[in-house]
Amino acid sequence: MTQRAQPTSEAARADELVRAIAQSRDRQAFLELFRLMAPRVKAYVLRQGNDPSTAEDLVQEVMLTVWRRAAQFDSSKASAATWIYTIARNRRIDVFRRERRPEFDPNDPALAPDAPTPADQALQSRQDAESLRHAVAALPPEQSEMLQQAYFEDMSHAEIAARLDLPLGTVKSRLRLAKEKLRQALEGVR
Amino acid sequence: MMPNHHPAEELLLDYATGAMDEPLALLVATHLALCPLCRSEVARFDALGGALLQEVEPVAVSDAALQSMMGRLEDEPEAPAPMVETGDPMLPQPLRGYVGSPLSEMRWQRFGGLSMAELDLGGTSVHTRLMRIAAGMAMPQHTHEGNELTLVLSGGFSDARGHYLCGDVAATDSAIDHRPVADDDGECLCLAVTDAPLRLTGRFGRMLNPFIKF
Repeated sequence: MTQRAQPTSEAARADELVRAIAQSRDRQAFLELFRLMAPRVKAYVLRQGNDPSTAEDLVQEVMLTVWRRAAQFDSSKASAATWIYTIARNRRIDVFRRERRPEFDPNDPALAPDAPTPADQALQSRQDAESLRHAVAALPPEQSEMLQQAYFEDMSHAEIAARLDLPLGTVKSRLRLAKEKLRQALEGVR
Repeated sequence: MMPNHHPAEELLLDYATGAMDEPLALLVATHLALCPLCRSEVARFDALGGALLQEVEPVAVSDAALQSMMGRLEDEPEAPAPMVETGDPMLPQPLRGYVGSPLSEMRWQRFGGLSMAELDLGGTSVHTRLMRIAAGMAMPQHTHEGNELTLVLSGGFSDARGHYLCGDVAATDSAIDHRPVADDDGECLCLAVTDAPLRLTGRFGRMLNPFIKF
């Protein structure tokens, strides 16, 4: 018995498009993914304080990386939007801070292995991505703004405290509260 | 074996957002290689980044950029540089690559039972060092004017706050005049990131200070 198809959320659509690119180098899928995500990556890059002319170059490099590495995307581990966010983050550190981003290597023999994941992890991840998005949109403004500063404006806790002239403890607790709210929203779904 | 002492939550978030400077990011990332729990936490922070990316007000991308993009899809990617593994196999990535050689080939400065080798990550105010403390030995009493984070890579040490083993992270600030003592059963190897000059206190320190530049 087939279920009536649910309207596809943007998050789920992005996942499908990356899979199509991985399976058959589907240029139409890539075009649709570009239309969906490139304007968001551009917003991310611009918010980091970079000028518009270099922003579009960086967006292309991020999307080219998506095209080339689509086969490495594992939707059971993270949503496509999360994967694209990490590519964009690493690229802007490389290009604008001119630093390396140190990362562990999941294939490193010296890595302490993950605990085995349950079989329904993939379904959970997809529901989580949608729920997380709604929960983020529902955050109180001062928490939401602080998250924006952390993620989109390249500010550490200490830098946020300095910029807003707040005690470091206030910044820590506000971001912790935001994280707790989001965690609770996710647990409501399970 | 899961580490017991982890970097503070705010450090994991600063790492996930990319706001963290490279020396501390190196320490956090190397802890992540040894700690599945913190990897899950950082994965949740990454997922938050993904959600924020989806929620952001999009900015239109020019047609020229789109055309250029579609034209580049058939480009051959640059061949990656041949992977020559020169690092010490006992170190996890990313530290293994940053050290780039067997530990024995680094330039170690020796002060009795304590050896230090500095990693050059480009800054002048933050020091990134590998430290080896001989089994059973107490580090010279010292304080920091700033903050220090220490990641144990092998062996272990104890101080007033606890016992630290492979993967554990110890955080100290200038309020603490701490005296780590390496475990009896072997040398303790650590990665330490400090944002202030090390000042040795106590008798040992007063003797050494005129001669050492940390």
